[in-house]
Amino acid sequence: MAVEAHRTRLPWPRTRRARRTLTGYFFISPFILGFFLFFVGPALVAAWLTMFDWNMIRPPFFIGLGNFKKMFADDLFYQSLKVTAYFSLVSVPVGLVLSFFLALLMNFKTRSIAVFRTIYYLPSIVPAVANAVLWSFVLNTEFGLLNALLDAIGLPKIAWLQEPDWAMPAIILMSLWALGATMVIYLAGLQGIPQSLYEAAEIDGAGRWASLINVTIPLMSPVIFFNLIIGIIGSFQIFTAGFLITGGGPQHATLFYVLYIYRNGLQYFDMGYASLLAWVLFFLIFAFTLLVFKYVGRYVYYEDVGS
Amino acid sequence: MSASTRTTATQLLDNERFWRTFVWTTLLVGAVVMILPFLWLLSSSLKTELGVFRYPPEWIPDPPQFSNYIDAWTTRPFGLYLRNTIVILLLNEIAVLVSASFCAYGFARIDFPGRNVWFAILLATVMLPGIVTMIPQFVIFSRIGWVNTILPLTVPFFFGGGAFNIFLLRQFFRTLPAELADAAYIDGASEITIYWRIMLPLAKPALATIAIFTFIGTWNDFMGPLLYLAKDPNKFTVALGLAMFRTAFAGRTRWDLLMAASTMMIIPVIFVFFVAQRYFIQGIAISGLKG
Repeated sequence: MAVEAHRTRLPWPRTRRARRTLTGYFFISPFILGFFLFFVGPALVAAWLTMFDWNMIRPPFFIGLGNFKKMFADDLFYQSLKVTAYFSLVSVPVGLVLSFFLALLMNFKTRSIAVFRTIYYLPSIVPAVANAVLWSFVLNTEFGLLNALLDAIGLPKIAWLQEPDWAMPAIILMSLWALGATMVIYLAGLQGIPQSLYEAAEIDGAGRWASLINVTIPLMSPVIFFNLIIGIIGSFQIFTAGFLITGGGPQHATLFYVLYIYRNGLQYFDMGYASLLAWVLFFLIFAFTLLVFKYVGRYVYYEDVGS
Repeated sequence: MSASTRTTATQLLDNERFWRTFVWTTLLVGAVVMILPFLWLLSSSLKTELGVFRYPPEWIPDPPQFSNYIDAWTTRPFGLYLRNTIVILLLNEIAVLVSASFCAYGFARIDFPGRNVWFAILLATVMLPGIVTMIPQFVIFSRIGWVNTILPLTVPFFFGGGAFNIFLLRQFFRTLPAELADAAYIDGASEITIYWRIMLPLAKPALATIAIFTFIGTWNDFMGPLLYLAKDPNKFTVALGLAMFRTAFAGRTRWDLLMAASTMMIIPVIFVFFVAQRYFIQGIAISGLKG
């Protein structure tokens, strides 16, 4: 009886469960709306545009698979893929290993850890534009910092930004300057490893190397994996360095994929082709992430699957 | 015996004195490498137009050209760029703090059918690169006349405030004990009241973290202003202004002024970092580990 009376007082929706559902969706509705308006919508528009030749002025002209044909015959498309792959394949692994190594050293109990952490972290928050301006000067052939250092130790100067073979190493070097962002994530992970595990390993006679291999790396594997995924996705999207420092050159040696999308879309206004390139990037990132989950993910050790 | 099978390398690692020296030297050398570009920036920003071309470079310019900072600031209207950036910044802060916490509350504290599906979608969009929608978004925004306005750089933040921020706040809300809200439920408070009156004040540390990330993200953003504001110099942000400043001197590259302008752009970020270091570390701890 009491329940009945209570129910009739409640406005629509009548059941507690329905009310909760409505409230829940009410709260997450901004995200859902944003997801459709700024992600699904544009993605569908892009999918539709891939079949058109459109410069945003003339009406779109249907060309079917014309953009696909153009892409497969486009040398610069392959070049931009190659350039991006080169950057990813070098900068991601080197960055991961180096930042892990630094985090390990830093995790060594010292009072100066906060100072070091700050110094190593700061480069990663330098605004991309300021970073590009600074590094164009650091990499300057005649008067740059890098060549001054090389010169000081008796090595020849390198035309970093003029030599096609050296432009990419220069950009990779620049990207490594910002490895502090990855490093602090490792540090947070390392500090979460219970000290008791190391003590147990020590009792079992494990030295530093053995406890690194048997305790630290397995326990850190989820964090390493996280950084790997974030690193790959991030490296596929590099743009500002190529756009501001090298302009994609010399001889397209730093024509990053996103830079090539930007050019097609906002310089040549070839919206159909640019949309196709964007979709291809989406599939590439999706495929790579899946592959990494499948082939690397199995080595990740999850201590506590329940949570 | 395990000792006999150990290689010399691992023995060396276990030697306390070697280990200490190794750690300190490596970290110190690394720190110097990290700091050098900053010193180079600062030093070059205080040189004369021709002083930057002196070789070998001098680290302490004599006399230091502090006027470079004034020259850089006034050669282009950086005051205006700063004002433009602050407008976008304030809008984005409001948008992100309100919208992301609102959504995060729904994900963290209300149990409803479909929640896990939407949460999975949320996580997927954290991973998905924004670059992919760059072109079609530009097409749509130019269709509705939003190019040359700050709307494309601000309005999207009112819709959820970024998947990553929702995720971060959701993690935080979940750590708050359920009993906090129980008393309010008994008093008949609605979810909105509980969100606004109880949960939001408790989430201040997490909100601070997000506010800082939003500041850094907006201040550093280049692609957005490049796409939507590059046609009108009166609407430039600081980042866009600095990028355009590179080519401001016909034929010459004024490294001295460029370095001064870059320094000015970096200082606010470093300042915020030092003031709010605690929240940075917190954000990294929440986000990095549960990913």
